[in-house]
Amino acid sequence: MTPRRKRMLAVGGVLLGVGAAAALAFKAFDKNLLYFYDPSQVAAGVAPVGKTFRVGGMVTKGSVQRAPGSLEVRFVLTDYAHTVTVSYTGLLPDLFREGQGVIAHGQLHDGLFVADEVLAKHDEKYMPPEVAKSLKHATPPEDRT
Amino acid sequence: MATWTWFHKLASPPYLYRTAGRLLPWLAIPAIVLTLAGAYGGLVRAPADYQQGEAFRIIYVHAPSAWLSLMAYTVMAAAAAVGLIWRMKLAHALAAATAPIGASFTLLCLATGSLWGRPMWGTWWVWDARLTSQLILFFLYLGYMALHSAYDDTQRADRAAGLLAVVGIVNVPIIHFSVYWWNTLHQGSTVLRADGPAMPPSMLVPLLVSFAGYTLGYAALACVRLRAEVLGRERNASWLQELGRG
Repeated sequence: MTPRRKRMLAVGGVLLGVGAAAALAFKAFDKNLLYFYDPSQVAAGVAPVGKTFRVGGMVTKGSVQRAPGSLEVRFVLTDYAHTVTVSYTGLLPDLFREGQGVIAHGQLHDGLFVADEVLAKHDEKYMPPEVAKSLKHATPPEDRT
Repeated sequence: MATWTWFHKLASPPYLYRTAGRLLPWLAIPAIVLTLAGAYGGLVRAPADYQQGEAFRIIYVHAPSAWLSLMAYTVMAAAAAVGLIWRMKLAHALAAATAPIGASFTLLCLATGSLWGRPMWGTWWVWDARLTSQLILFFLYLGYMALHSAYDDTQRADRAAGLLAVVGIVNVPIIHFSVYWWNTLHQGSTVLRADGPAMPPSMLVPLLVSFAGYTLGYAALACVRLRAEVLGRERNASWLQELGRG
């Protein structure tokens, strides 16, 4: 075996080793790498009870209720399989709207998720306002969830 | 083996020095033109986004710098691997020349992402898989530079830092796929996705022009920095003294 081949194998071996170590580490820490749980995971009891965690989903249309005279807002998060009701007191990000993805950070108390932070999550699709408007008119309402 | 002669010639410092110098204007001028055209198209001509309005235009800086940060790292790791396996000193010179360029654009990507995140997501920073792995990329670049400058002997510096660069390549696919493998606040890729770019042509074309401009800009900067790197490494060589006299 030439020295060059040996070096090639050494570099390849190191890469393979590091790659395998990374894959195993990610497998072991998979739960910690999840930035948020979705409502189905909360319903299935995967999300920690009595601890702070994040839940992410779409804000159900027509579910946003503001308490008069305070900044408290309640809304229902859905992943179209299960839902979580969130209560939050504070300022919401600009992108917070019904039908929009959000991530809430807080604790579950008797089925109500009390959030101390709400972040807006947007998708990777961009389009001009006119296109969005005509798309909305083109799609039948039942597909528009 | 005639097909490889062009590659073997690049292992000669005077040849590489001259070639990089000759290539420079052919890379730099289109890079400047395309970058300016992409910026004009993105910041002025493209329509505003239906949700994010004018603020989405930061994508025309953020996405090309993100692309460049990953591409430059791939070049750096490949060059370091060639340097380690074939003992090609000038491949290490390319890796060393690339690191500060890659680090700069990684920082630009992180900074523009943070400025974008504040109004849209509601936060400057979160520790989700995408943002964290991109921050690790920044530290890998800095680690390469720190390790390289820790040795007085260039050859030892090349080998130690080169190994770090090669090992760090594991992070590149992690960054790209992080948004699919884990739940993240960061959205999925807009351009490099399975069912085609999620943007109309009026938005996409300036973005692609910017990608091309940034890529050529990297190549031009790499030529400049590689020439400087060759000068530093060959400071006692006779061809340089002749070049200085001529």
